[in-house]
Amino acid sequence: MKIADDQPSGLSALDRPNSYIGRSVPRPNLARLVQGRGQYVSDVTLPRMVHVAFLRSPHAHARIKSIDTAAAKKAPGVVAVVTGAELAKVMTPWVGVLTHLKGLKSAPQYAIAVERACWQGEAVCAVVAQSRAQAEDACALIAIDYDVLPAVTNPETALDKTTPVIHPELGDNLTFERAHTAGDPDKAFAEADAIAEATFMFGRHTGVTNEARAIVADWNPGDQRLTVYQGTQAPHMTQDIFARHLNLQAHQVRVLTKDVGGSFGIKVHIYADEMATVALSKLLRRPVKFVADRLESFVSDIHARDHRVTGRIGVKKDGTITAFEIDDLTGIGPYSVYPRTSGIEANQVVSLVGGPYTCPNYRARARVVFQNKNVMCQYRAVGHPIAVAVTEGLVELAAAKIGMDPAELRRRNLFADDAYPATNAAGLKFERLSHHASLDKILAMMDYPALRAEQAELRRRGIYRGIGFASFIEVTNPSAAFYGVGGARISSQDGATLKLDATGAVSVHSGVTEQGQGAEAVLAQVVATSFGVPIERVRVVTGDTDNTPIGGGTWASRAAGIGGEAAWQAGKALRANVLVAAASILQADPQALDIRAGVVVDADTGRERIPLEEVARIVYFRPDTLPPGFQAEFIATRHYVPQGWPFAFTNGVQASYLEVDIRTGQVKLLKHWCVEDCGTVINPQLVDEQIRGGIVQGIGGALYEHCLYDETGQLLNANLMDYLVPMAGEMPDIEVAHVVTPTADSELGAKGAGEAGTAGAPGSVMNALNDALHPLDAAPLVEMPFTPERVLKALGKI
Amino acid sequence: MLSIGAGKNDRPKACMTARSLDINVRVNGEDISAHVEARKTLVDFLRDDLALTGTHIGCEHGVCGACTVRLDGAVVRGCLVLAVQCDGGEVETIEGLSDTGMLADLQLAFQQRNALQCGYCTPGMLIGAQELLSRGGIPSRDTIREHLSGNYCRCTGYQAIVDAIESVAQARAKKVG
Repeated sequence: MKIADDQPSGLSALDRPNSYIGRSVPRPNLARLVQGRGQYVSDVTLPRMVHVAFLRSPHAHARIKSIDTAAAKKAPGVVAVVTGAELAKVMTPWVGVLTHLKGLKSAPQYAIAVERACWQGEAVCAVVAQSRAQAEDACALIAIDYDVLPAVTNPETALDKTTPVIHPELGDNLTFERAHTAGDPDKAFAEADAIAEATFMFGRHTGVTNEARAIVADWNPGDQRLTVYQGTQAPHMTQDIFARHLNLQAHQVRVLTKDVGGSFGIKVHIYADEMATVALSKLLRRPVKFVADRLESFVSDIHARDHRVTGRIGVKKDGTITAFEIDDLTGIGPYSVYPRTSGIEANQVVSLVGGPYTCPNYRARARVVFQNKNVMCQYRAVGHPIAVAVTEGLVELAAAKIGMDPAELRRRNLFADDAYPATNAAGLKFERLSHHASLDKILAMMDYPALRAEQAELRRRGIYRGIGFASFIEVTNPSAAFYGVGGARISSQDGATLKLDATGAVSVHSGVTEQGQGAEAVLAQVVATSFGVPIERVRVVTGDTDNTPIGGGTWASRAAGIGGEAAWQAGKALRANVLVAAASILQADPQALDIRAGVVVDADTGRERIPLEEVARIVYFRPDTLPPGFQAEFIATRHYVPQGWPFAFTNGVQASYLEVDIRTGQVKLLKHWCVEDCGTVINPQLVDEQIRGGIVQGIGGALYEHCLYDETGQLLNANLMDYLVPMAGEMPDIEVAHVVTPTADSELGAKGAGEAGTAGAPGSVMNALNDALHPLDAAPLVEMPFTPERVLKALGKI
Repeated sequence: MLSIGAGKNDRPKACMTARSLDINVRVNGEDISAHVEARKTLVDFLRDDLALTGTHIGCEHGVCGACTVRLDGAVVRGCLVLAVQCDGGEVETIEGLSDTGMLADLQLAFQQRNALQCGYCTPGMLIGAQELLSRGGIPSRDTIREHLSGNYCRCTGYQAIVDAIESVAQARAKKVG
């Protein structure tokens, strides 16, 4: 039985009495979900509500010559048929650029395509009807005359002079380019005893959230307000954007996010069809609902990865890495996605390659090019899976070249645990990491020597097992350096407002959002601890722009570290306010009092003085009994933004153990390990499950998931039957452990944990696969996903 | 269009019209008479006509298991069954099964083990797990994984779900003695 107990884990130094920090407290919002009584956006129905379905372009690139909507307008149940040109009168277009990604360019994107469709799946017309089925029926009656244009579908040739330019006004198909050089890479490669090189390919894949994107927009002309129920990670961001592009003030827009059926970065972007739904509500003056079906999710949810990276590593015989070099090419969609842009993933690859290692010599180039394919943008672990797999793939190739154990080679090159603060060759600043402690721990968990012995023994019997590692760093708790400085109206700070009610319970209103990761549980734990009440007396409110402080929401592993710290500080502030009132009632010194388990006590002895509910009763209902001039304040708000460092880097290491069936090319995952350091662990079980879920998502990209396009830009496997995702039967058990290095930037000391699993899993699986095939002289497998076909090709069997 | 009443589900079988039919179906113990389009799936009928939103829509082609319900005691995918096929039958959804208490130990174990994150797959997972455990004995972890291989979860990585189901199997076996 592996259900984590509810005892202090000893992982934390935050030793308030009755502390919930470091305890595996179950999430308070699970009971409704296990009973099917949650409220997802796809469950929402409103009075006067109608449904929209979008007719989507069947062509990757086509001029729209004419749209005949007459038959559709007469179809049963149809309320309106709206084209892009008509909707453009209600909603302005947008351009997804950020000024700090120098040179990044894109073209205006409209809610519904106007004149031209630029990818297969772009919405070209909307039908609003009484039911979704009626809307879809009517979509089939719309006649569009297309002039099919050549599609740009090969990133390798996107910049050739003979390739058509998707947006002629931009001059070429180059979205963004970044180059970086540190040290003297040429000299370092010349001094190397061995050089390893490979071109790593990362297939396009997508998030496949279980609940598809969903939105209900309700423009009420009576109160001139737009209420939007949206499954989003960033309600304040979408509030601002809806208002801007509808020419409203932000206070006229309220975004509500209740239960969300999975996000992973998919639901943090602005989607044209969701913008169209909002605009349609304004146009039609009634609630409009859009829920993507699975088929349109595949052609409209952002895709990610799709990088090809040529990498080189130089190494000396003693294992010293002398240089890293990479050249990354990534093909995005026809538009850079608003407002976070489609340049970030390549930018991250440049920043993160070589991240764990002291090697001072580094040269990198990344180019991002437009394609007539679905849009690409940030998805869980943005850039990390690529950078980690490239780095760690090169490290293991180098280890094989010089005949050194790959764990030992890492040990000789990782930043020492006492080397901090440190800056690496990519210019990243590290407050404090624990690479060596993490490596030592994972080797012990695996019983590495025994595992190697088992591997050798099985090889003699014709069973091919492999062990692969991936050390990694992860960007978490981003400051304004990520988006704000580039002009995006995306908050890096977050806030928490605490209110004490008349029964001594407290509500927490936070700008971060719950996507299932457990943010609400973490906020409840933090407030229960810092304010001093049993966790049952804490109620958390998130996902409501009318009732939470402006905040960034949930992305880049920021909810616990940033939202948690704001809540921690708010808890302390409210405690101070309440103690002033209690001291007034008790005629005591507030400094001599504390709140513990919902009771005001003497701080030094713990003697109970007065329960919170009695303090609240007096303050709210009998203020006449308080001293003249005294005014209690039972609401406290605090904000937090990381200031000491641009990002709170975390670190860790993963290892994969797998077996390859060399007759079929099938890969059987036997075991996976992860040691991770996210600083203070507020809820060990939630952190572990973030890691596990993230690892399986990373494994998906390594072994199964691939959006397959043909040369005309048609997505060939846009359904869950043909696009494979990890299912329970193929996944291994995963052991997770921690090293704890809190950040000193906050009192809580928590860094993020949501993406570490996805960051390291593909690289470790790739390395294990190549380790398994090493005795068979197979060509290194460097093209994800590692399908049985690719494995057999590497073995020369097909 | 729709009338909801309690009592025996003994109404006549569906009568055919051009595109829609009358059906009588018992849902979570309540007798329902409805006029539904022939093309309407069971999951759409449950969600849109009966407002039973605990049954979710994931892929709409029978792969993800989010729409899992019980029809006449058998586990089915609500997206692969038409509402009209349920005429004269008995449907149980997560809401009804929760109220019977049949899933209570599984639901508690899922909460304690954090075997759900977004919770969207959870009703289907619970109904699938109950089907497996109702066969008795303590299934191996591999058997649990195999049994749930038609239920897609993007959040957990499955291990916590396997742990929770395994723990309930052990507890139930102990109870049986």
